[in-house]
Amino acid sequence: MKKTAFYNAHLRNKAKMVEFGGFLMPIQYTSIITEHKTVRNKVGVFDVSHMGEIFIRGDKALDFVQRLTINDASKLKPGRVQYSAMCYESGGVVDDLLVYMISPTEYLLVVNASNLNKDYEWMVKNNKEGVEISNESDEYSLLAVQGPRSKAVLEKLFGIQLETEYYHFINHDYNGNNFIISRTGYTGELGFEIYFKATEEEAIEFWDKLFEAGKEEGIEPIGLGARDSLRLEMGYSLYGNDISQDTNPLEAGLGWITKLNKANDFIGKNALLEVKKNGLKRKLVPLVIEEKAFPRHGYVISYNGESVGEVTSGTVSPILDKGVALAYVRVDLAELGNTLNMVIRGKEIPCKVVTLPFIHK
Amino acid sequence: MNIPDGLKYTKEHEWVSLEGNVATIGITDYAQGELGDVVFIDIDPNLSEVTQGGNCGTIEAVKTVSEIYAPCSGKVLEINPVLSANPETVNQDPYGTGWMLKIEITNPAELDSLLDTNGYRELIGQ
Repeated sequence: MKKTAFYNAHLRNKAKMVEFGGFLMPIQYTSIITEHKTVRNKVGVFDVSHMGEIFIRGDKALDFVQRLTINDASKLKPGRVQYSAMCYESGGVVDDLLVYMISPTEYLLVVNASNLNKDYEWMVKNNKEGVEISNESDEYSLLAVQGPRSKAVLEKLFGIQLETEYYHFINHDYNGNNFIISRTGYTGELGFEIYFKATEEEAIEFWDKLFEAGKEEGIEPIGLGARDSLRLEMGYSLYGNDISQDTNPLEAGLGWITKLNKANDFIGKNALLEVKKNGLKRKLVPLVIEEKAFPRHGYVISYNGESVGEVTSGTVSPILDKGVALAYVRVDLAELGNTLNMVIRGKEIPCKVVTLPFIHK
Repeated sequence: MNIPDGLKYTKEHEWVSLEGNVATIGITDYAQGELGDVVFIDIDPNLSEVTQGGNCGTIEAVKTVSEIYAPCSGKVLEINPVLSANPETVNQDPYGTGWMLKIEITNPAELDSLLDTNGYRELIGQ
């Protein structure tokens, strides 16, 4: 089992540690609800160093990224980030990822920890362009600093003005180390993700400086439990739950990143064109339950006594204090405002198709 | 980890305290810690009788859901009224104000099959 460079900081903060993506990671420090609200109201820090960092280098780096990902990477400029996904020829999803354009000959792909080896092998296997594919995941630490006060904390820490726009990043030298400061996140709040190479000592030193800088703002460490409830309140997909090799991006609500008309062909395009031509069979929809009942992964969705779908992610929203879920349902029932049933321990509980995000700020 | 003396414990992490023939039932400190934030205790308000090992409700936490099993058989006298509005009481005071059910036991011998403090401590590896 791997440990991130911040492992000792987690233990010091009395985190409950669990296995995730081959790493021992903090699932919670105090309470998921408290941590969730800290991020919504103040600022929280997530160790997400388990995520994978794969660099693509070479003259044909863009061609490679264009062919392997479904969004249009030619729209990127240096210093910009794009949410995208890789698909199989079948149209199923290999992984969802962030694409960072560092320069015309260098891109950084940030992938899910649990998919890192699979993704790397997929890239190597499909490397027709002869680019350099460099998996530098073990060298990089990654902290997500998220919440309305995140900007103030990082400005104090780094001693700079952070006017970086959403889905843009900057490089910044601090304490003799280079940091990629990216205005991205998985929470729906103002927030940043900070990538840097560091030894364990340097990483812990940085952690301590960050918490010192955030003390007055009420900064707290946040575990993977709240990361999940925060992303689900926004309706962001989680690989392995809402998207997988058995789902395509169109039915997953990722049509907005599926650029079937981009100049370059990409892996999965033909299958996705076919899906589009034939129409969707099912759709990932956001569902809310008004009664005191809470959705969980795997619960069946029914309509007129017939099974019509399945929950892929479900939790109680700490902000709404209601059960919220993402579920695949038969496409003719996916309409906004429809009332369906969720089968919870043998009982049919009404749930309603709503729009994302679940919470409005 | 708080494992009070004088209580009986189940392998499913419930505790029982007996006063006369009235058993108070709840979940252990270990159980509430593993579950995390409890958001809803679902016990049928019409529940009148429970059988040892039988399901008597569910505990919904943010992260997961878990069943409550009756540690002994009996007639339900009371369901903790505090829990519907304040389920987090289970996290804050699992052996006190976070109790779940009071039952009038019908078979005191059943309690002999439960774990004592040391047995439970061993079970959870403390």
